[in-house]
Amino acid sequence: MLQVSIYRYNPEQDNQPYMQDIQVDTGGKDLMVLDVLEMIKSQDTTVTYRRSCREGVCGSDGLNMNGKNGLACITPLSETVKNNKLVIRPLPGLPVIRDLIVDMTMFYTQYEKVQPYLQNDTPAPAIERLQSPEDRAKLDGLYECILCACCSTACPSFWWNPERFIGPSGLLQAYRFLADTRDTATTERLAQLDDPFSVFRCHGIQNCVNVCPKGLNPTRAIGHIRNMLLSRAT
Amino acid sequence: MSALRTISFDGVIVGGGGAGMRAALQLSQSGYKTAVISKVFPTRSHTVSAQGGITCAIASDDPNDDWRWHMYDTVKGSDYIGDQDAIEYMCSVGPEAIFELEHMGLPFSRTEEGRIYQRPFGGQSKNFGEGGQAARTCAAADRTGHALLHTLYQGNMKNNTVFFNEWYATDIVKNQDGAVVGVIAICMETGETVYVKSKATVFATGGAGRIYASTTNAHINTGDGIGMALRAGFPVQDIEMWQFHPTGIAGAGTLVTEGCRGEGGYLINKDGERFMERYAPNAKDLAGRDVVARSMVLEIIEGRGCGPEGDHVFLKLDHLGEEVLESRLPGICELSRTFAHADPVKEPIPVVPTCHYMMGGIPTNVHGQALTVDAEGNDHIIPGLYACGEVACVSVHGANRLGGNSLLDLVVFGRASGLFIEKALREGIDMRDASETDVEQAMARLDKLNASSGGENVADLRKELQNTMQNHFGVFRNGEFMQEGIRKLEDLRGRIENAKLDDKSMVYNTARIEALELHNLFEVAEATAVTAEARNESRGAHARDDFKDRDDENWLCHSMYYPADKSVGKRSVNFEPKTVDTFQPKARTY
Repeated sequence: MLQVSIYRYNPEQDNQPYMQDIQVDTGGKDLMVLDVLEMIKSQDTTVTYRRSCREGVCGSDGLNMNGKNGLACITPLSETVKNNKLVIRPLPGLPVIRDLIVDMTMFYTQYEKVQPYLQNDTPAPAIERLQSPEDRAKLDGLYECILCACCSTACPSFWWNPERFIGPSGLLQAYRFLADTRDTATTERLAQLDDPFSVFRCHGIQNCVNVCPKGLNPTRAIGHIRNMLLSRAT
Repeated sequence: MSALRTISFDGVIVGGGGAGMRAALQLSQSGYKTAVISKVFPTRSHTVSAQGGITCAIASDDPNDDWRWHMYDTVKGSDYIGDQDAIEYMCSVGPEAIFELEHMGLPFSRTEEGRIYQRPFGGQSKNFGEGGQAARTCAAADRTGHALLHTLYQGNMKNNTVFFNEWYATDIVKNQDGAVVGVIAICMETGETVYVKSKATVFATGGAGRIYASTTNAHINTGDGIGMALRAGFPVQDIEMWQFHPTGIAGAGTLVTEGCRGEGGYLINKDGERFMERYAPNAKDLAGRDVVARSMVLEIIEGRGCGPEGDHVFLKLDHLGEEVLESRLPGICELSRTFAHADPVKEPIPVVPTCHYMMGGIPTNVHGQALTVDAEGNDHIIPGLYACGEVACVSVHGANRLGGNSLLDLVVFGRASGLFIEKALREGIDMRDASETDVEQAMARLDKLNASSGGENVADLRKELQNTMQNHFGVFRNGEFMQEGIRKLEDLRGRIENAKLDDKSMVYNTARIEALELHNLFEVAEATAVTAEARNESRGAHARDDFKDRDDENWLCHSMYYPADKSVGKRSVNFEPKTVDTFQPKARTY
């Protein structure tokens, strides 16, 4: 029997959160953490979490499992369980709405701040805008972000300044548009990021890189933005 | 009236996937007060899981490509019950819709010339089937749905669309004239229920693949739009037509794109034989999905399946080389390693036909206006109600959808719905307000659930429903066996309507949502079952052991399922495209 310990909090009846211990019979199978949650919920319907695609592309089920952020649907027990114990908590640093569900507003606000949409003030051609495979390759490792918030909620700088530091996810998206040869708003984008907090609160701790379930590297993208900001200043 | 708060909009879109967000974008750009109600944050919608691409004759791979060839393939793929006026519209308007997405920022893969990369997909041809395999599917690696969905969300953000994220629509509000004047919706975070009033209500609620036990579909694909429409007394069309995707990962159900076979991968049985050469000598592994799925099941039934249980076949990719796999199919490599414990660079992926797509849905015209049909067979528009994307049946897919046509469908008809509603709003829409009784009627189901006690466990009932559908209404169907399935569903109806909701709390109560979703799943399942049993022929995805042939004399038509008396009727297929000659039905071979 797997020993699962889940963070529980229902604001309608609990004064404070608590950890609930539940034993789960996995039948010795290397299930995904989401499978375990579904097994638990089929018995106790009050256990609450988000989930959608169950294959690691929608970004709904970012959770903290045995101390590490990740997606429940693509985290096999063999990767996270230690000493037969699995501790499941909501993503750290964001307000909890109920059980494993956090309020993502601050995370989404930072995403919106970087104006994550293509800006191009030249008239669009009758067909697509051309882009070489080499230029398109510059977007690899950037556009794949699924907005799960695993990175930003693992980042101490984001915990301390969630309102002023864009955070690794938002900055990855900021660079996705800075790197896109079809975007013409580079100057404006950089001007918006040029303050002591938006970018420069990144201290290169690299928790974001460690936890990203898509294997992306926000720290590297932030480095590129820093360089662009610095060369812009000179 | 009860204490129910009312929120009013010019246009309300239910569903934040590709279709809903494309419709919303159109309306927001026009300046009309538009809202999207989505039960998940929009980028968590199921469009995100689309992999291989979006099929469209943009003439990148082949400068001489022609949308009429795409139209021919789509009509043939539909086994001739796709509406030719709608297919004509989709294929001809498609390029414009794709270029708009690119201008919006969609990071398509590129050719050496800098144009959008296109790959071959199943059922594609040049020159009306005479010119060999075409490569017509526009791709962003194997993450096209993700790229498309995020781009559309970003476009809506830029245009200030109002989003009601993590709100759940429960039922349609109809006025005394039978017009649709909005929906009842629950804010999941607070539990508040409101009446969202609108002059145009667009259903873009997606599919319902969760009626089957084995599906590529997300947990959220519970047929909410179909459930709401049926409960409001509106019919659904061709709902027996369910696509089983040839390559779901055995056991897990997760999708492996047809693009794998487009890039040169192929299926093998336990003897290592490339068996599709026997079933489809020309197109082989790129025959229609229905054809490939049936061939795989036959291989398994005849004892040539792979694995200790012989219950799947293999998709071989290793001969493509690591470089091609990592650049063209990186997401597949990731999924296969995670869910099949197989590295496609070195070993084949175990795959099995898996429920994937609902070809049927709410019947609409090309403007997205929902329709019903009278006793004389005349179409009537349902005032106020629109549908686009998977929940709609325009119908461009008929009895079998071609790969890459779902993303095109949702972009083209999401856009068309938005364009039409914009024009209608400009001309003025006049509908009577809902009365107190009208709203109360729409609240009835939710009120009953909230007041309930006792009943059976939702998860257990859902599993029973899914297993019934899987066993009785799968790839191959049989009259007697389907009748047994229908009897099981009859027993399930009352039990599901009275399912247990212990947790009556307000804040983020997912138990309540899952109970409401189960009602919708059941409505879709029952409509599927009754209609499948009635269609006494084999066509497209609907394959019957007891009626093995296509019967054009009796069934070259849409099925219509009417919920009031659970009867099945027929509706004519459109054979009158505006600018090209009709494609006449002929034997469908690949």
